[in-house]
Amino acid sequence: MLPATLPLLGMPLSGAGAGVADGAAGESVLPPAGLALLRWQWHEVEAPYLVAVWILVASLAKIVFHLSRKVTSVVPESCLLILLGLVLGGIVLAVAKKAEYQLEPGTFFLFLLPPIVLDSGYFMPSRLFFDNLGAILTYAVVGTLWNSFTTGAALWGIQQAGLMAPTVRAGLLDFLLFGSLISAVDPVAVLAVFEEVHVNETLFIIVFGESLLNDAVTVVLYKVYNSFVEMGSVNVQAIDYVKGVASLFVVSLGGAAVGLVFAFLLALTTRFTKRVRIIEPLLVFLLAYAAYLTAEMASLSAILAVTMCGVGCKKYVEANISHKSRTAVKYTMKTLASCAETVIFMLLGISAVDSSKWAWDTGLVLGTLFFILLFRALGVVLQTWVLNQFRLVPLDKIDQVVMSYGGLRGAVAFALVILLDKTKVPAKDYFVATTIVVVFFTVIVQGLTIKPLVKWLKVKRSDHHKPTLNQELHEHTFDHILAAVEDVVGHHGYHYWRDRWEQFDKKYLSQLLMRRSAYRIRDQIWDVYYKLNIRDAISFVDQGGHVLSSSGLTLPSMPSRNSAAETSVTNLLRESGSGACLDLQVIDTVRSGKDREDAIMHHLLSGGLYKPRRRYKASCSRHFISEDAQARQDKEVFQQNMKRRLESFKSTKHNVCLSKSKLRLRKAGRKKDGSADKDTPNGKPHRASNLPDTAAVILAVESEEESDSSETEKEDDEGIVFVARATNEVFREHKVPGNGSMEVCPSPRIIPPSPTCAEKELPWKSGQGDLAVYVSSETTKIVPVDMQTGWNQSISSLESLASPPCAQAALRAAHPLACAPPRGDELRDPLAALVTPSPEPHAGFTFAPSLAKAGRSRSESSADAPEQQELQPLMAPEDRGCLSPGTANARWLIQFNRAGRL
Amino acid sequence: MGSSQSTSEEVRELVGKTGFSSDQIEQLHRRFKQLSGNQLTIRNLRKAPTGLADEINFEDFLTIMSYFRPIETNMDEEQLEHCRKEKLRFLFHMYDSDSDGRITLEEYRNVVEELLSGNPHIEKESARSIADGAMMEAASVCVGQMQPDQVYEGITFDDFLKIWQGIDIETKMHVRFLNMETIALCH
Repeated sequence: MLPATLPLLGMPLSGAGAGVADGAAGESVLPPAGLALLRWQWHEVEAPYLVAVWILVASLAKIVFHLSRKVTSVVPESCLLILLGLVLGGIVLAVAKKAEYQLEPGTFFLFLLPPIVLDSGYFMPSRLFFDNLGAILTYAVVGTLWNSFTTGAALWGIQQAGLMAPTVRAGLLDFLLFGSLISAVDPVAVLAVFEEVHVNETLFIIVFGESLLNDAVTVVLYKVYNSFVEMGSVNVQAIDYVKGVASLFVVSLGGAAVGLVFAFLLALTTRFTKRVRIIEPLLVFLLAYAAYLTAEMASLSAILAVTMCGVGCKKYVEANISHKSRTAVKYTMKTLASCAETVIFMLLGISAVDSSKWAWDTGLVLGTLFFILLFRALGVVLQTWVLNQFRLVPLDKIDQVVMSYGGLRGAVAFALVILLDKTKVPAKDYFVATTIVVVFFTVIVQGLTIKPLVKWLKVKRSDHHKPTLNQELHEHTFDHILAAVEDVVGHHGYHYWRDRWEQFDKKYLSQLLMRRSAYRIRDQIWDVYYKLNIRDAISFVDQGGHVLSSSGLTLPSMPSRNSAAETSVTNLLRESGSGACLDLQVIDTVRSGKDREDAIMHHLLSGGLYKPRRRYKASCSRHFISEDAQARQDKEVFQQNMKRRLESFKSTKHNVCLSKSKLRLRKAGRKKDGSADKDTPNGKPHRASNLPDTAAVILAVESEEESDSSETEKEDDEGIVFVARATNEVFREHKVPGNGSMEVCPSPRIIPPSPTCAEKELPWKSGQGDLAVYVSSETTKIVPVDMQTGWNQSISSLESLASPPCAQAALRAAHPLACAPPRGDELRDPLAALVTPSPEPHAGFTFAPSLAKAGRSRSESSADAPEQQELQPLMAPEDRGCLSPGTANARWLIQFNRAGRL
Repeated sequence: MGSSQSTSEEVRELVGKTGFSSDQIEQLHRRFKQLSGNQLTIRNLRKAPTGLADEINFEDFLTIMSYFRPIETNMDEEQLEHCRKEKLRFLFHMYDSDSDGRITLEEYRNVVEELLSGNPHIEKESARSIADGAMMEAASVCVGQMQPDQVYEGITFDDFLKIWQGIDIETKMHVRFLNMETIALCH
């Protein structure tokens, strides 16, 4: 994005930078005598080159500032940048003998401001914003009007009183004009300072929202006064005042309307970008920028337009665009905004050096500083007093102090004052100087002191706790309750109307603006759940090994390690990760700790790590970013973890449903053997088991988000997992039809890990003499254990060899798509043919049939679950040729587990 | 109380009990009569599961509504804490449908299912898994690290308080009660 904007930025800046002629040394005046080996073409690249260099300097400066944490924690970055600008400007002045590189109003309004406003609008916490909209609007409209009138009038007063030099030739209108541009709180400055202060969110949104929305008022006042000044005060008629008031509404409402129209367009466009994902981020920026330019063109409030565009489109755009586009949008927006902000502050500093534009008047400067502080504070107190009559949560005195002190002025004021016409406003030079001083004072002095002030006043700070599922749920319930209570009371207030809006949004807007697949799963609660799951999966994978090594077999006792904020599902997940140990823990005759640790590590790795397999996907397209291996692996790891989590849920659920006595949070084990198959989205029924047993009617309770999203995110291939599983039940088989996706991964995925040698040799295990049949995942050899003890030792090593030598592998390669819609009937049998089942049921296997019916595989968590050791992946679904009916007492459960999609 | 005009003592008593102003009580009484069709009580029209009251009188009505009063500005810390607890207790009872002092997984699930019922595309199963996830999270927040054989039976009120720790309930759980005659005739 950055290089793309550079030429744009360059055009107006080139005017500022054109004066540099030093670089033109290489240009020859005479026609070249021959072929030049090298030609120096500075002029052709000058403008963009200079822009790039400036941005580079600013970025490098940022890096330098942040080298020292101490400095940036005390001094806001904006102050440092301004100071740097002053220094650089001084250097340029000393070298070139004249000031260069001013902050040009055109550049500022057309190129530097939009990214910042878009960023703030797009990432505005909309709920908070609308909750406090009343207060924000009051401060933005009434407050700004109040500030500009009083400041202008008071300045005129002290001029009349003779406190200013007589060279300041300005009438009341000039002062009002100056008051209008100097009184507006600046969004860039406020954002730069308040982002580092971390006041509580209500306070932040009020100050920040005010700074964004007051733009409309500022623009109107500025334009109205400016035209009054140009007309001359004698020519102003009463009708012009009326027009001025009317234009306030036109400009603000018009700007907002333009923004909303473009937000609508943007949302609608992104609905259809499914096949051209790559341009999604571009669309966001283009349409938002178009909104800005359109509003600017119609002389409406452009800031308001972009803000509304960002606020309005976010929900739908985020739902429509892909995950990667979302990241791209986020980062590009942040980069552009931070880049623009840096350049603005630096140019502010540089511009201040140019003394030719200055005309200093102590009375005016001091008077302005005093009055803007005074009237800001007065205005805030008065308005808050009025607002508190209506607000249910009043703003207290400390809030008011911070609000008045947080009224920073910035580059908008500077750009506006530069735009003044010197012939019409004779005191322009004085105003410029005063504005620079005011901006510097507010940004540097107030910016420096606001942090200690906030600390000293003990302003409620925002606590950045991560969103929890409970919180989200409660808040939603809460919204409903409040809306209901308002209904009962009979007063249709804010909650009622918000509820109505949400209904409307759900019924019409979302349906119109969201992709159908996105609309389906669109729900805030769902989003939070989804995000938490991803976070947990990542942290689990990150920490899995660590847990083991630190705590060995015992469950990690971690409360001390984690802060309160950290104790989330993550902990439980960690438990569930290490819950694999539970099986072993109950065994008395355990081997050495090392063996156990090895075993755990093995299962953990095999469960939590990516399993390489072959895929046949030609990914060479310019319009699609093919998933890189890392992302794909992450996805798989996530899927596996989700299965694991669901396993633990199932045992939980189970206890509640059936016994209703105890809710037991089980730490599910390592085997996500997929006891629950996934419900397929296209609604094909499960093939029921063909044996009328009581047990093992496997419920389709696989992770919903997987099935849901498998509809939405289509473009990756999947493995199909076949799991052979020994249970005490008779044959079950279960089928999940393929979803007809074009790309089906030809090679099945191996889900359950194979046991380690040490485990197999554990006494309790071997003592049973049971169905220990191992299927080597790679070679699809199935070997009875009692016949092939030596086999055990080699399994682990065999697994690492990824070359299936046997015929099945060749067959698989030959029919890559054969496994896509597996046919359940036939699939049961290959195992039976290959397996030598033991005649005896497990002695210690005591599942209640009802438990199994509930579809919970509890083998991981129960002590008497040796059969999990026999869980083996069966890799050869295609070899139907060797099917033979299974023996009645062969207790194998074959399940298909189509890997969920993210 | 009832359809006749409330005497001032009754009103004063209610003011003391619920903290509403007498104007607000007048308003609410009018609304109550409107809802109840001039009966003494509002009948519960839903075929509700057991455990719900069949009908409530005006005093109950006021008591319920008083939970949604905004906090007073001049409260000290202790009162604030008390107020917060009261509000949360009310909420807790909304979850705890069998009022055994615990929000069991089943109860939680019902809540989540109803929350998600607005979206027909989200199936019950997903609601369930969300409730499960939330329950697990609650367990981890409230109990911390659980022993393998430890049992989490449900969210007790203390746990509930813990979960809500980060949220300023006292600044959120309120509804505007008007003093003036602006109540819309809505149903």
